[in-house]
Amino acid sequence: MADTIIFQSKPAREAPIKTEGLVPWVKTNLFANWQSTVTTLVVGALLLYYVPQFINWAILTATTTTNADACRADGVGACWGVVKEKYRLIIFGRYPFEEQWRPLVATLLMVGLLVASCTRYFWSKWLIIGWVVVLSAFFILMYGSLFGYFDVFGLTKVTTDRWGGLPLTIMLATLSIVLCFPVAICVALGRRSNLPAIRTFCTIYVELIRGVPLISVLFMASFMFPLFMPQGVTVDVLIRVVVGVTLFAAAYMAEVIRGGLQAMPKGQTEAAASLGLSYWQTQFKIILPQALAMVVPGIMNNFIGLFKDTSLVYIVSLYELTGSLGLALNSDADWRPYKLEGYLFIVSIYFVFCFAMSRYSLWIEKQLNKSKLR
Amino acid sequence: MTTQTQDNIIVFDKVNKWYGNNFHVLRDIDLNVRRGERIVICGPSGSGKSTLIRCINRLEEHQEGRLVVDGTELSDDVKAIDKIRKEVGMVFQQFNLFPHLTVLENLTLSPMYVGKVPKKEAEEKAMVQLKRVRIAEQADKYPLQLSGGQQQRVAIARALCLTPKIMLFDEPTSALDPEMIKEVLDVMVAMADQGITMICVTHEMGFAKAVADRVIFMDQGQIVEQNTPNEFFNNPQTDRSKDFLSKILGH
Ligand SMILES: Nc1ncnc2c1ncn2[C@@H]1O[C@H](COP(=O)(O)OP(=O)(O)OP(=O)(O)O)[C@@H](O)[C@H]1O
Ligand SMILES: [Mg+2]
Repeated sequence: MADTIIFQSKPAREAPIKTEGLVPWVKTNLFANWQSTVTTLVVGALLLYYVPQFINWAILTATTTTNADACRADGVGACWGVVKEKYRLIIFGRYPFEEQWRPLVATLLMVGLLVASCTRYFWSKWLIIGWVVVLSAFFILMYGSLFGYFDVFGLTKVTTDRWGGLPLTIMLATLSIVLCFPVAICVALGRRSNLPAIRTFCTIYVELIRGVPLISVLFMASFMFPLFMPQGVTVDVLIRVVVGVTLFAAAYMAEVIRGGLQAMPKGQTEAAASLGLSYWQTQFKIILPQALAMVVPGIMNNFIGLFKDTSLVYIVSLYELTGSLGLALNSDADWRPYKLEGYLFIVSIYFVFCFAMSRYSLWIEKQLNKSKLR
Repeated sequence: MTTQTQDNIIVFDKVNKWYGNNFHVLRDIDLNVRRGERIVICGPSGSGKSTLIRCINRLEEHQEGRLVVDGTELSDDVKAIDKIRKEVGMVFQQFNLFPHLTVLENLTLSPMYVGKVPKKEAEEKAMVQLKRVRIAEQADKYPLQLSGGQQQRVAIARALCLTPKIMLFDEPTSALDPEMIKEVLDVMVAMADQGITMICVTHEMGFAKAVADRVIFMDQGQIVEQNTPNEFFNNPQTDRSKDFLSKILGH
């Protein structure tokens, strides 16, 4: 028998070409080949040209006085005075000036609860009670009473046509998001139902809504819907708009969710059936948790879109953030030329909210992927 | 007929099934399974083995004939289907564990929501089953963190948590590496000693010989031959089974 050959392990050595660290990063990401080198140089040149100009305009030569004449002087850049002068009107719209603490408190409550709802620590039954309380408080504060009750607080009544600005944006977006989600789930499940009637109904709903622009849905909700109501019955325009936006968003959301449902392997349903779970138990315990987790980016995409789509309610004379900016500046000839500054102001507000949503979506994805880690 | 139904836990009576309009997948199946009997079904791919056992818990429906499971006839009656599914456990080739739930949650889900057992009791029972398949220490992991063999043993434990009278296995070891096949088969052999009715689609002839009371050979949607494992493997009666055995034992 031959002698056993002893296995000789080779010692590890460093990689000859470094792939980690700053220099390799710059090399692979900015100057990998001549195309990317050219792109880097061109983009770099454009940045060098425009960024200083912008900084110069926005900060160095900007003025913050609330005097429109000072803004017209030569060599003056951005005129932030317009924001200083008009921010109450931009943020709260046509809400009565002395009462604007009410939308402020109401919105802070709502945003606070939204943030809490997004935190795992608060996920319990109390959250539902919290929402009932906060929504009631929101409407009592904003309206002065809740459906005509609770006048005891002695608040003056402010009808919904005077509501506006950021509180309206946040309320419309929150209500539509919260309401459209369950509708979308039902429609998505309905499109995959075994019952032809339900399937057809859901398909027609989705195709109809997707076939028309949001503006026309809002228009119909506002002007046509009352025609079909019995004489004497009126539904507040705000409610009609919320219903319109919700139904619109739900159709898109339903398709995103259906995408997730399609991706579920058949084995999951079969395993659930073999364990005796009912249809609804299967959907809520097995299918939806996994399907929704798969489409979190798409869902959040829709939520962010919905948040910004609320700006279209100006068509029915509701002035949310974008609308109230127009309201604030168009009515005042002195400040009208400084729309750009005004828009940058509300853009930054929109950005804060949308960016927060997008970060939150990443966090959710990370949480959901925990079970997939090996 | 009635006496037959009493000691036979499963009765197929001229069962026919079609996929679509013209694919006749099960043809005139007659089969009686006694309480506690252990049956192995084998046959070439596409012969309808999976379809046959999936009819037993109504994952597939048959169009003709009678199928009675533990005294309940399978029909469109949802209550009957629910009742039968509580008594029939199934183990799939692809495990089909719920990847978003931990191993323990996979096991307690059905007892809690179908059996209405309190959570604590369900967890205790689940741990007993996990010990039985020798995997109790993995209870808090997620399925995808386990090896294939471990996943399949969890799937077996999950099916056992409903304390079924019948266990169906559809090629439980075909998706596994050879060294994992044994650990799953060991669990199944141990289970066979406990009087539960087992129907197992498998090509593991060693398992069939060790455990089965009867081997059923299927081809083209029909039961071609059935016999004790000894007789079937050593003395096959039909040309189709001889041909099949020569293929799986030939090399
Ligand atoms: N849902 C279905 N629709 C149409 N045909 C199907 C369907 N499921 C199975 N079949 C066909 O029915 C036949 C029997 O399928 P079945 O899965 O029962 O075979 P099998 O004996 O289990 O095969 P294997 O050993 O490959 O698992 C196959 O030809 C298959 O292609
Ligand atoms: Mg099969």
